[in-house]
Amino acid sequence: MIEFVINVVLLSFLVLLALTIARTKDLLSSVMLCGLYSLVSAVFFVTMDAVDVAFTEAAVGAGISSLLMLAAMMVTSRYEKANSIQPKAALVVVFLTGVLLFYGLIDMPMFGDPNTPVQQQVSSHYIEESMEEIGIPNMVTSVLASYRSYDTFGETVVIFTAGIGVLALLGGRGAGIRKPSSPAASRSAFPDHLILRVISKLLIPPIMLFALYVQFHGDYGPGGGFQAGVIFAAAIALYAMVFGFERARKRFPLPVIRFVSAVGVLLYGSVGMVSILNGHAFLDYHALSANALSGQHLGIFLVELGVGITVTSVMILLFFTFSERAMQSGGQE
Amino acid sequence: MNLLAQYNYWVVIILMMLGFYIVISHGNLVKKLMGLGIFQTSVFILYISMGNVEGATAPILAEGYQSFSSPLPHVLILTAIVVGIATTAVGLALVMRIREAYGTVEEDEIQTIDNAASVTQAEVVPLEPHPVAEDEPKRKVGNKDS
Repeated sequence: MIEFVINVVLLSFLVLLALTIARTKDLLSSVMLCGLYSLVSAVFFVTMDAVDVAFTEAAVGAGISSLLMLAAMMVTSRYEKANSIQPKAALVVVFLTGVLLFYGLIDMPMFGDPNTPVQQQVSSHYIEESMEEIGIPNMVTSVLASYRSYDTFGETVVIFTAGIGVLALLGGRGAGIRKPSSPAASRSAFPDHLILRVISKLLIPPIMLFALYVQFHGDYGPGGGFQAGVIFAAAIALYAMVFGFERARKRFPLPVIRFVSAVGVLLYGSVGMVSILNGHAFLDYHALSANALSGQHLGIFLVELGVGITVTSVMILLFFTFSERAMQSGGQE
Repeated sequence: MNLLAQYNYWVVIILMMLGFYIVISHGNLVKKLMGLGIFQTSVFILYISMGNVEGATAPILAEGYQSFSSPLPHVLILTAIVVGIATTAVGLALVMRIREAYGTVEEDEIQTIDNAASVTQAEVVPLEPHPVAEDEPKRKVGNKDS
C-alpha cells in the first residue's frame, strides 16, 4: 500500500512539473524543471524495480541533458517570444488524441499483474535460465550484452552516428562569429570561487572512480557501459566548467576523443567478427572460450567496455562542441 | 479501485499529451525539444510500468528472492534513454545552426524569413549568385531552397 501511495505521489509530481514546463516562458527555468523532472522520474523508476534505468535517467536526464539544453539556450535566447503560443488548435488536437488513447487504455492489462503478456514470453526465460546460460546475477546486463547484443550494437552505432552528426553541424568554425575565446574561457573558469574549485577537486576523482566501478560491476549490480560512460563524461564536464575549457581541451584533446569514440564501436564490432572468424554466429560468445560461461563473461566484459568507451567520448564530444559554440556566439549578447 | 489500479497508464497519457501539446503549440524550437523529452519520458514510464510485477524485486538474482520484474523493458528503455539524449543533441545542434542562419529560433519568424526569401528569388531572378553580406549571418538565406 505504501508503495502505491509513493507511486501516485511521484507520478502526480511529474504531471505538475510537466504542466509548469508547458506554462512558463522562461527557458532557463524550463531547463531546470526538465532536470528536476528527470530526477523525479528516476526515483519513480527505482520504485518500479528498474534500478538500471533509474541510474541511466539520473545521469543522463538530470546531468548531461540539462547541460546541453543550457548551452543551446545560451546561443538562442533566455525567453520565449510572448505571442508564440497558439493554444486553441493545439488543445483540440491534444484533447482528441488523449481521448483516443484513454479509449485504448481499456484493453491494457492490470498494473502489476504477473500474468500479462510482457511477463509470459521471453521474460520468464530470461528470469529462469539466465543464471545457467550466462552466469551473471544482473539479468538486465545478461539481456543487454548477451541475449540482445545485436540491439545494443545498433544503439552504440546510433550514439556514435549522433556524435558525427553534431560534429558535422557544429564542429566547423562558426561563420564569421569566431572571436578570440580568451574572455569567455576565463569567465567560465570561476577564478574567484575558491570553494567551488576545492570541492570540485575533491569530487572529480571519486566520480571517475565510481564510473569505473559502475562499468566493471555491471554484471553483479545495477550499472554497465551506458551509465558508466555518462558518469565519466559528467566528471570531465565538471572539470571543464570549473577550471575552464582551455585547460580541459588541453587535457582531453578533441582529435583524441574523436578517435576514441570510434574505438569503442570497433571494439564491440570486432568481438562479433572474432565470433564469425571462429565459425560461430556474429556476437556468439561461445567462440571466445572453450568454457561457455567464461566465454560469456569475456564477451560481456568486452562489449560493455566498448559501449562505455563510445558513450564517454561521444558525451564529452557533445559537451565540448556545444559549449564551444555557445561561448563563440554567446559572447555577442 | 479499477481506475486507480491503472493510475500509471493514466499518468502516461497525461504526460504524453502535455509533451505533445508543448511540441505543437510552442513556437520556440528549444521548447519544442523539451516537449519531445517529456513525451519520450512518458513512453519510458509506460514500458517500465508494464514490466512491473506486484511484490517483485529488481531483476538482479540474489538469495531469498523468487519473484522479479521483467528485465526486458528495462533493457529497452535503458538504451533508449542514452539514444534519446544523442538524438536530442542532434536536434539542439540543428537549432543552434538555425539560430546562426536566421537569427531567431521562433518558428513563425523563420517562416516569414523563408517566405520573403522565396518571393524575392521568384521575382528578381539573379543570373549571378547575388553577393551575400558576409558580416550578417542573419541574411544568409540565399541557399535555402523552398
